[in-house]
Amino acid sequence: MSAPGQLLVCRGLTRQFGGVVALSGLDLELRRGELLGLIGPNGSGKTTFFNVLTGLFPATRGEIVFDGAALARATPQEIHRAGITRTFQRSRLCLELSIFDNLAIGAHHRLDHRIFFNVLRRRALAREADATAAAATELLQIFDPPLARRLFEPMTGVAMIDRRRVEICRALMSRPRLLLLDEPSAGMTTDETNRLMDDILEVRRRFGDLTIVLIEHEMSVIQRVTERCVVLNYGKKLCEGTFAEVSANSEVRRAYLGLT
Amino acid sequence: MTTASAGTRAMSAVALAAVADLLLYGFLAAESEKAVGLVLLGAVVAVAGGLRSGVLPRLVRAAGASPVLGALGLGMLVLIVIFHDDPFVLLLMARALLVLVACLGLHVQLADAGVPNFAGAAFFGVGGYTAAVLGRADLPHLLVLLACGAVAAAVGSLLLLPLLRTRGHYAALITIAFGLLFRTFLEVNDTLGGPQGLKLAGLRILGLSFNDDRVLLGVDFSGYAFYCLAALVLALLAVVLVRRVERSWLGVALDAVRLDETAAACFGISIGRWKIAAFTLGNAVIGVAGGLSAMMVGFIAPNNFTFQESLVLVSILLLGGLGNVAGLAVATVIVIWLPEKLQPIQEFRYLLFSVLVVLVLVLRPTGLVRRTARRPFGGVAA
Repeated sequence: MSAPGQLLVCRGLTRQFGGVVALSGLDLELRRGELLGLIGPNGSGKTTFFNVLTGLFPATRGEIVFDGAALARATPQEIHRAGITRTFQRSRLCLELSIFDNLAIGAHHRLDHRIFFNVLRRRALAREADATAAAATELLQIFDPPLARRLFEPMTGVAMIDRRRVEICRALMSRPRLLLLDEPSAGMTTDETNRLMDDILEVRRRFGDLTIVLIEHEMSVIQRVTERCVVLNYGKKLCEGTFAEVSANSEVRRAYLGLT
Repeated sequence: MTTASAGTRAMSAVALAAVADLLLYGFLAAESEKAVGLVLLGAVVAVAGGLRSGVLPRLVRAAGASPVLGALGLGMLVLIVIFHDDPFVLLLMARALLVLVACLGLHVQLADAGVPNFAGAAFFGVGGYTAAVLGRADLPHLLVLLACGAVAAAVGSLLLLPLLRTRGHYAALITIAFGLLFRTFLEVNDTLGGPQGLKLAGLRILGLSFNDDRVLLGVDFSGYAFYCLAALVLALLAVVLVRRVERSWLGVALDAVRLDETAAACFGISIGRWKIAAFTLGNAVIGVAGGLSAMMVGFIAPNNFTFQESLVLVSILLLGGLGNVAGLAVATVIVIWLPEKLQPIQEFRYLLFSVLVVLVLVLRPTGLVRRTARRPFGGVAA
């Protein structure tokens, strides 16, 4: 079903909540290594698409094929193991834990969770913890070097913009192949948003084959960082193409951009 | 953090343990209600003074948890020697230690994984009845104690299905129902002695009976001194186990499950698996404590394992401060010893005790000691 260059293929993806059709027959393909912008008005199904893709809300109908594996009926855990990770629109970090703990949650599937190992082989555990801390520090340094020095401080003392960064780092700790970013710049100033996007581009440069889907309302950001956009409206795909193409589309201008 | 030398660490630990030991000694030795009040006041003044002046946190930081634990263990040993011929005090100490172990089991369930268990006394009872039944067979008692934990964990697995389908209050209700059912089951079950209960043979390890008084180095030790020692060893093992679980990837995963199931699931953490692990481990710990307790007391009956007893265990957790093992130990001492030590004022003691608990929770709504952040467990930082 999937061509060699394609990482993800969705066919007829539908999600209903009672009578509400939040996602309606969506067809979407992702090429390996691309950065796709997902845009559309509030309630158009962008976050629902992420929730269906990550298994939080199983699809009512439709197919998801990720790198050859059918994932439409898979659990969130299986989907994560397949290599799909996300951030959330409203930050879902564990605030009472430290930055390190939150990043370790991201690395969960690579860590050794056997009771024997954790309780009795403390030296080997310490080595694994050090390696994890080194990986966490490396990631945090891309985003904000001072933050890397606060690795073992609780999240409660971390500023909002840094929490966003930690959340993205948590997702990256799992070394995903597909990263879903749900409005990472919400509540940030233009300046902060630009810095965050620079960091995301930097991450992409370093992690060669990382594919990213970005939900974003700030059109200048979409224009700057994405190679291709998909516009959703009422759970359906309105159109897709480069930012220049979709922003020239009259339907998109009417439904979303508020231009005539 | 790691700059403190071994000498400073040891001295800080000994200083902390000595103060704690002195307070425990005063508590145990106090005969009148006035003396008990005085000791309590002394404890409050010592802790408040230590916090206000910053000496207490500095000592705790300088010593580190493991040396403090070791020093406290030694201190308890000293107390056992001091009260070597006083069965009442020894029984009180052993009981507090075993309740602490049971609470550590609940702690893994509720404070780590967020799975409520209002049937703590029932699992304690499963351990006790297992000890009673297996004690009749000619099995090594260490094996019997392990079996107490295994049976408690196995009985707990009956609750897994409903527990995984519910959360919060609803999950709590399931455990309450189980606790009530357990007691009724015991009362109508004749092979387990019915309402009259069962008698148990005393603990015997490597041919040594724990029930006999014994002369060691010219000192006449009560049999309870040896039970106290066994309870102390069990408590230290349980504290080490729980601390190691918490300061490892296991603790991180359990925290993730407790704090945000959705995010945890999206990072590949299997919610059910971790809840099962915590619930089972907790029940096993409670079961072992129940087994040793039954052997020590020598008699068990359904009335020992009521819903009320389960509530006492949960209230110790809340009073101590959910998620803090040190607070748990302090709360255990208060809840188990205070009513006993207030015997002279008879019925008023429960009133006084309840007022004290309410006061503590009014002044410190999150319990005596707050949950602390997980300390790094890597080689560099540890």
